[in-house]
Amino acid sequence: METVTNLVPVLVRLVAFLIGAIVVVFGNALVMGYMERKLAGHFQRRPGPMEVGFHGILQLLVDGFKLMGKQLVVPAQADKRLFILAPMLSFVPVFLPLLVIPFSDKIQAFDLDIGLLFILAVASINVLAILVGGWGSNNKYSLFGAFRSVAQNVAYEIPMLIALLAIVFMTNSFSLKEVVAAQSGGAWFIFFQPLAFLIYLICMVAETNRAPFDLPEAESELTAGFHTEYSGMSFSLFMMAEYTNMFIVCCIATVFFLGGTSGIPLPYFEYTGIIWFLAKVYFLMFFLVWIRWTYPRTRFDQLMNFCWKYLIPFSLVNLLLTVVIVKLI
Amino acid sequence: MKAYFSELFTGGWSLIVGLKVTLKALFSPTVTTHYPRQKIEVTPNYRGHIDLVKDGETGSHKCITCGSCMRECPSDCIVVDGEKREGVKGKVLTKFTLDFTKCSLCGACVEVCPTDALDYSNEYELAGFKREDFHYDILKRLEERE
Repeated sequence: METVTNLVPVLVRLVAFLIGAIVVVFGNALVMGYMERKLAGHFQRRPGPMEVGFHGILQLLVDGFKLMGKQLVVPAQADKRLFILAPMLSFVPVFLPLLVIPFSDKIQAFDLDIGLLFILAVASINVLAILVGGWGSNNKYSLFGAFRSVAQNVAYEIPMLIALLAIVFMTNSFSLKEVVAAQSGGAWFIFFQPLAFLIYLICMVAETNRAPFDLPEAESELTAGFHTEYSGMSFSLFMMAEYTNMFIVCCIATVFFLGGTSGIPLPYFEYTGIIWFLAKVYFLMFFLVWIRWTYPRTRFDQLMNFCWKYLIPFSLVNLLLTVVIVKLI
Repeated sequence: MKAYFSELFTGGWSLIVGLKVTLKALFSPTVTTHYPRQKIEVTPNYRGHIDLVKDGETGSHKCITCGSCMRECPSDCIVVDGEKREGVKGKVLTKFTLDFTKCSLCGACVEVCPTDALDYSNEYELAGFKREDFHYDILKRLEERE
């Protein structure tokens, strides 16, 4: 009997989380898709979507309905099971990192002790999804895109982990909640670890396969990379997974470097802290779009050289200095 | 080792300069025209489909119904017809049609016209729902123009 009564709050929490996660995933895809297209327009001094609703605000909704109505074309020679499986494999894991992200003091599904490791482990499944999708399509462009994505993600995960490890050494915790608590009062880790933040920022762009590191879907070389053969809803699942991954990496950056919810206190701050949190996340998202429309795509050897020759040595030096300083204090 | 660091700093600086350029573009006004709501002036050199020229003196066309354009047209898309009338010298133009579905805009009709009665129009909004939308009655178009 006691276990049942203990189980009820957990179940309520789980249901609340699932509803919240669906809202975040779809809402973020809508907001981000609109923001990206609108900003892309204004960066090029054109207005972007203008026709559907006031300043094209309903454009993404309409696009979503269009994609739902489209036929799912499976190429004749494709590995059908893998081809169908890949978008789902890409989309399902994006819900899991949202479990441990502390949107505000009270808005967090579960506070895991190993929150950071959990996020990084789950986020890596996306690489597998891209590989499966690229392989299953039986298309040279898709396969090249998938190969590039795997090589790139494996390479850039290393400096990303090492940069975040410096913060973990400072807070003595993998729990995201405790990392946020350590930064309360404006002592954001971006001020103590600017180099780690810079390294994380670069790796974050590479991890989400966005320009200037968008080699897996380089349209001028590989038409659309791993999702060349995908249409309709399976394509939009990949798209939503990409936007949610962007959201998650920006959330990690906010938690680890920008103080999470910390900001000017508002009434009911245990809940309204989410306003500050989302403001920081969407500023980082804006930065990602800004980068995309500023820099040309890197060549593959430049991408790898940059990671192995610059990011990894610098992150290691940064980690070493952090360890020495933490030990001395 | 020196090149390693100098490359890092010059490269990093150029990235910041790039960000500044795009940020400036973001906050500059847009330079495009919202087409169906706003339109730009079409250059007079634009070569649309043919139109009869309005003669400033008579307020009508200068066509003498010689039929040169009809014969010259490589796609046979012009039909010209006229009739004799009492008290009028030469033929009077009664029909001038252009089948724009076949016209290749070569301009041979404009070149060959002995009285310079033909010229290119500035018409560029050329979408239609049926084939007949592009069978233009050039004579009627002339009358409809102010």
